[in-house]
Amino acid sequence: MSEARNYLTEDNSIRSWLLTTDHKRVAILYFIAITVFFFIGGAAAALIRLELLTPQGDLVTSDTYNRLFSMHGIIMVWFFLIPSIPSTLGNFIVPLMIGARDLAFPRLNLTSWYLFIAGGLTTLYAIFVGGVDTGWTFYTPFSTIYSNSHVVLAVTGVFIAGFSSILTGLNFIVTIHRLRAPGLTWYRLPLFLWSLYATSVILVLATPVLAITLLLVALDRAFGIGIFDPSRGGDPLLFQHLFWFYSHPAVYIMILPGMGVVSELIACYSRKAIFGYKFVAWSAIAIAGVGFFVWGHHMFVSGQSAFAGLVFSFMSFIVAVPSAIKVFNWTATMHKGWISYDAPMLYALGFIGLFTVGGLSGLFLACLAYDVYVTDTYFVVAHFHYIMVGGMVTAYFGGLHYWWPKITGRLYPEYWARAAAILIFFGFNMTFFPQFILGVLGMPRRYHTYPPEFQIWHVMSSTGASILAVAYALPLFYLGWSLFFGQRASANPWQTTGLEWQTPSPPPTHNFETPPEVKRKPYDFTTKGKARAQNA
Amino acid sequence: MNNWIEHANPLVPSGETAHAGSVDLLFDGLLASALLVLLLLFFLLLRFAIHYRVGNTNADRDHRIQKSWRLETAWTAATLVAFLALFVWGARLYLNLYDAPAGAETIYVIGKQWMWQVQHLGGQREINELHVAADHTVRLIMSSQDVIHSFFVPAFRVKRDVLPGTSEEIWFRPRKPGVFHLFCAEYCGTDHSRMTGRIVVMPQPDFAQWLVRQDVDGTLAAQGASLFRQFGCGGCHGSGATVRSPPLEGLYGKRVPLADGTTQIADERYLRDSILRPRAQIVAGYEPLMPSFEGKISEEEIIKIVAYLKSLGGEGAKP
Repeated sequence: MSEARNYLTEDNSIRSWLLTTDHKRVAILYFIAITVFFFIGGAAAALIRLELLTPQGDLVTSDTYNRLFSMHGIIMVWFFLIPSIPSTLGNFIVPLMIGARDLAFPRLNLTSWYLFIAGGLTTLYAIFVGGVDTGWTFYTPFSTIYSNSHVVLAVTGVFIAGFSSILTGLNFIVTIHRLRAPGLTWYRLPLFLWSLYATSVILVLATPVLAITLLLVALDRAFGIGIFDPSRGGDPLLFQHLFWFYSHPAVYIMILPGMGVVSELIACYSRKAIFGYKFVAWSAIAIAGVGFFVWGHHMFVSGQSAFAGLVFSFMSFIVAVPSAIKVFNWTATMHKGWISYDAPMLYALGFIGLFTVGGLSGLFLACLAYDVYVTDTYFVVAHFHYIMVGGMVTAYFGGLHYWWPKITGRLYPEYWARAAAILIFFGFNMTFFPQFILGVLGMPRRYHTYPPEFQIWHVMSSTGASILAVAYALPLFYLGWSLFFGQRASANPWQTTGLEWQTPSPPPTHNFETPPEVKRKPYDFTTKGKARAQNA
Repeated sequence: MNNWIEHANPLVPSGETAHAGSVDLLFDGLLASALLVLLLLFFLLLRFAIHYRVGNTNADRDHRIQKSWRLETAWTAATLVAFLALFVWGARLYLNLYDAPAGAETIYVIGKQWMWQVQHLGGQREINELHVAADHTVRLIMSSQDVIHSFFVPAFRVKRDVLPGTSEEIWFRPRKPGVFHLFCAEYCGTDHSRMTGRIVVMPQPDFAQWLVRQDVDGTLAAQGASLFRQFGCGGCHGSGATVRSPPLEGLYGKRVPLADGTTQIADERYLRDSILRPRAQIVAGYEPLMPSFEGKISEEEIIKIVAYLKSLGGEGAKP
């Protein structure tokens, strides 16, 4: 069989990669970048877990420890989680899924990548010249007046990367509105697109607020304008309001794409249409909307008024409802399906379990009197790692395996992929479940040293982290191996629906030989479904 | 009252106040709801995952549920109702924290990088320790000299951020003697993890003796009175003043009419704000003449002067 020309083989000069406007190649550029950032952030986490094996703080100094957790947070949030699914899988899949030639603004897409790299390099530079010790939250007046670290450089990096987010969001919104194939109505869109649409709306509306906030921090620090400085009539709490006005919706930027991926996976490997499609679709929009009105739940003990506390607690319970709806619908989708357990499905099931635990622990934090006790403890650390690592990273790996044949034209080794999925699940729980217990016992977060009675749980957590580190490194090897030695993939190895599977793997540069037309609802497995089910 | 909770929850450090007992009960409620949902979900997931696996061709897959809106409405409504109940439960307890019982003993706390400084009304000072009497309500008035800190006592299940430029309050009533952790819970720089201390709860007679044993240069109010003279406050606020200024005698706890038409209760926060930012809240009928003392006066000095002003009598002040 002669190898058809595809986007990977078209022109392989470095120049053609760095100046590409092909969404698929931009996605690959993002893959490489965020993988590097993931392992840098992971290395910081490894050192943190190693330090916390003993209560005395004997591995590194307090200043180094503070820089490590700040770097871990900043890198993982802005240079891995936020771009993870949208910029890589989204970039690659969105145009294919809607039957388009490319995103609406291909050059803007490449610009996003360069902005992302510029922001990332600036932040890395800040780390290499001495680091930043404010935590990823940059609370004032510590960040503006008291910190002796490279705050301005670090916020500049995040500021620049923010524009990359905004442009990506804008690109997706316009693409989904304008470039859908004939017949692909809104209610025929795969749920991955609904999720990315909701994500993009948040990216466009919330990120500018972060940019303004960080700019004010930089100005306050460099020129002493005093916006957040109480001795000049400023207000340090104002910073928290502005910061969380972005950063809580940012949590949904990080989880909504994961929910989208999981909807695809559950449907594909259950050979069934998603139960309650419209409810799942609109719940993504509801999360994006209501998510803008819950930021104050980060501030129940910060000195905001009791009334504000009540309102934000109430809204936080409300925003949990659409997430619950999704979980129930995914479960109902499996009812009377033909379920197979390829690695992506294992990741999807892992996602549901871990996300649900993360979400339920969120109720403890939304609940005012209990939050007063566990906020700023390890309970919060465990909670958001269940959502972002247990949820988002698991979904990212699920999506990566699912679309791997499409992206590379090769099948990944199933045995290894399943082993990694299972190892990640157990390593993750062993790392982060003990942190719930630490929180309930009252152990504060961001502590370099700690009272000895907490040690046993820290040792357990660190042991889990070493398993998790191996588990996260595994895909690097077997996916890397499959690039060269993996079995060649057909156009539709999963026998599933969706336009992206109707073009060869890997797709040609222009995506489709003939422009596709859509006549059916998504996840229509009535013809295809059983075929694979009976083969298996 | 909630004594049994301590035994019901071997995991949690025992709650040492009535409020802590209620918080633990809330935890049990939250945990029970979460486990219920989790067990139901995992049961269904496992059951479907096993029963409807591809290999089981015998499973009945006919008559799939087509219309979903009934189920959707049912589980959305059930979730909403459960969430509302939890919201109300947590909110009622939270409002408790804003409502210190009358007759509480006031103690001042200053957070600074990286220590807790405590000032008793009698003039006793402590660093990283706070001695209190069992079965007595304590009300802390807290401010920060630099960055944001957070006063966290796990055994009492209370926590409150301590901010620069304003004062925050927290209260508790320990049930029995003991020694408990005090943590700073808001990241505050290099030695954040060493900004810890002890809360020492003593039987009332022991506590009274402890107070007497400390070296004291006069009560907090007496120290405040001398600062009042030192800063020249008497020049305008004293009896022989040439400038017309609001009277300070009996001010504490009173409603003060402001120039903008609103009224403000003269509590601790109002008094300190008036020293630091006198032009923000002008008393009705007076010229805005007072200069700001921002940057000229330390947190400790503010506390002493406020204690002195409170000692001048007023509806909320204790003799």
